[in-house]
Amino acid sequence: MKYLSEYRDPMLVEDFLNEIHKITNQPWTLMEICGGQTHSLVKNGIPALLPDKITLVHGPGCPVCVTSIGIIDEAIFLAQQPDVILCSFGDMLRVPGSQKSLLEVKAQGADVRIMYSPLEAVKLAEENPNKQVVFFAVGFETTAPANALSVVLAAQSNLENYSILASHVLVPPAMEAILSDESNKIDAFLAAGHVCTIMGLDEYYPIAQKYQCPIVVTGFEPVDLLQGILMAVKQLENGEFKVENQYARSVMPQGNLIAQKTILQVFEVNDRVWRGIGNIPQSGYDVRNDFKKYNAREKFNIDIIPAEENKECISGDIMKGLKKPKQCPNFGTKCKPEHPLGAPMVSSEGACAAYYHYAQN
Amino acid sequence: MNDKIKMELQCPMPKFDFDVITMGHGSGGLLTHRLLKSGVFDILKNEWLDQQHDGAILDMKGKIAFSSDSYVVSPIFFPGGNIGDLAINGTVNDLAMCGANAEYLSLSFIIEEGLLMKELWQILLTIKKAAEKAGVVVVTGDTKVVEKGKGDKIFINTSGIGHVHPKASIHHNRIKEGDVIIVSGNIASHGIAIMSVREGLEFETTIVTDSKPLNHMVTSLLEKFGENIKFLRDATRGGIASVMNEVAEITSLGIYLDQKQIPIEEQVDGACEMLGLDPLYVANEGVFICIVDHETANEALHLLNSIDEYKNASIIGHVTAENKGKVIMKSKVGGNRMVNFLPGEQLPRIC
Repeated sequence: MKYLSEYRDPMLVEDFLNEIHKITNQPWTLMEICGGQTHSLVKNGIPALLPDKITLVHGPGCPVCVTSIGIIDEAIFLAQQPDVILCSFGDMLRVPGSQKSLLEVKAQGADVRIMYSPLEAVKLAEENPNKQVVFFAVGFETTAPANALSVVLAAQSNLENYSILASHVLVPPAMEAILSDESNKIDAFLAAGHVCTIMGLDEYYPIAQKYQCPIVVTGFEPVDLLQGILMAVKQLENGEFKVENQYARSVMPQGNLIAQKTILQVFEVNDRVWRGIGNIPQSGYDVRNDFKKYNAREKFNIDIIPAEENKECISGDIMKGLKKPKQCPNFGTKCKPEHPLGAPMVSSEGACAAYYHYAQN
Repeated sequence: MNDKIKMELQCPMPKFDFDVITMGHGSGGLLTHRLLKSGVFDILKNEWLDQQHDGAILDMKGKIAFSSDSYVVSPIFFPGGNIGDLAINGTVNDLAMCGANAEYLSLSFIIEEGLLMKELWQILLTIKKAAEKAGVVVVTGDTKVVEKGKGDKIFINTSGIGHVHPKASIHHNRIKEGDVIIVSGNIASHGIAIMSVREGLEFETTIVTDSKPLNHMVTSLLEKFGENIKFLRDATRGGIASVMNEVAEITSLGIYLDQKQIPIEEQVDGACEMLGLDPLYVANEGVFICIVDHETANEALHLLNSIDEYKNASIIGHVTAENKGKVIMKSKVGGNRMVNFLPGEQLPRIC
């Protein structure tokens, strides 16, 4: 398959592995930011093929995992309102709120629909003028442009029955939060290729400089990941801390300017609570006042009691790279995909789910 | 129904009183009688249905397999088939996996009020064709109508019986270390064909369901290899990953798969990538897993490959004494991963 099989080529994988083995002299800890990268690594059995000196820890780049329990409860509240259709990306449905998940309220009769794109939800709103359609707009910078565009299109058509429950999170502030934690062990980052496809590289230079930490923007296929690891280890072994772009087939240094413009038209940067991590200043997007009629929080009187996260879930430590999923005492026992304590066990990008489903030992 | 799917009516629809199914068609009165007579009995005509009895009286001796399944697929029409052939092939295949050749089926409909009569007609024609292809006879059945909103157009139940092949000895307790695992064709086509209609996805060429009767191939395999065919299972819901996990769990042996050897059509693979689905868990309707002893494997594969419908059959792994109760797969790039049971529905991911 074009643009896929080339990046899963076993010969290239072997070449990169040999090269990594050859140049690695010191122990290094690398964090891949994105849960998609984590899954690709574990699903392909790559960690076991790397030198023992390289430790991979898994970052916070799983939008499902970091969406706070309060926001899940908001979505559940909205789904339970009469005449509301709550639309969501599929893997938000299993994530536990304080009482239940969207999947459970769907089974109890709430109109919850899985969408691949927010633009489908706009169409649904047009087709159902007597219903209020709410799109659960989660994700990193990657999904923000399409979510913003849905609001722009709804505004253009003067749709009165479409709104979004925005829960966007941003990568660079999270990287800074992780690096400024003194207990962090991270020597280099593999940054998320798709986030940088939208946002470009500019935000990453100051981080690499300030924390003297190499950042390699990396794709998601085995060859991408191994090349990214090789580039990061080379820098580490040479004492460098540059921003490099492994995913050049998709990432332009300036990013996608049209997408950035659409994001800023609709969203503004705000503080955001990350599940398991806590509040990170200036780390999320909320809907601007100009578009407040499309902001579900403004439109509906969301009446919920703030809930606390399950203290038995150590997802914060896992997403900060302090622990690995199997170091959690509840992994695979009290916490399983069918009865999760936290989101990383049920998200298709969650680190715990990756280990539970794919990791052999 | 998707407008893009052309209806190919092989024979003209008789004139019914209504264009749609009404509650009256399930009343047991005149409308039911007319619907059954023109819609079912005339199409599936045979000596048992002609009697219009409450059940069928059959004369059967020997070892008989019996299976039942219900079909609730949505949408009811999809590329390459509809709920009708699924309902016939499904039960035929369940019997085939027991080493039996389906001979008689029951066929029951639960129809939601409002189903278009021409859609029901199309489904019945497909049922007739599928039954002929499988060599099975529909001998009894039932039709119920439920109010609008209490069903999803049409649900079908089929049950079937057939003689077990005299050479068949299919049981999980015969699976041993070193046995070889064969998959009978490209995986995941059916699930993706359904998803493509549900999600309105278009591909360069249409991905069609793999739904087909497996009984003829199973009979050939049993005829030639007899008890060396140790285990058969069609990889329907949950895909081949679920079958392999069931085998690992029930035998307490390990399963080792080689991802490179698992056949999948390129477009199906691409669609899975795009939708965030793992093809190992995607449903098939005409693919089975066959576990044979090591000596038989190549010959069995050769037999499968000699028939066009099974030309992509492949040896995908073997049974081991290691990793007991688990399924481990060597990835295309050489690392090992575990393949688990799916903990629920596969849900598409965010990005």
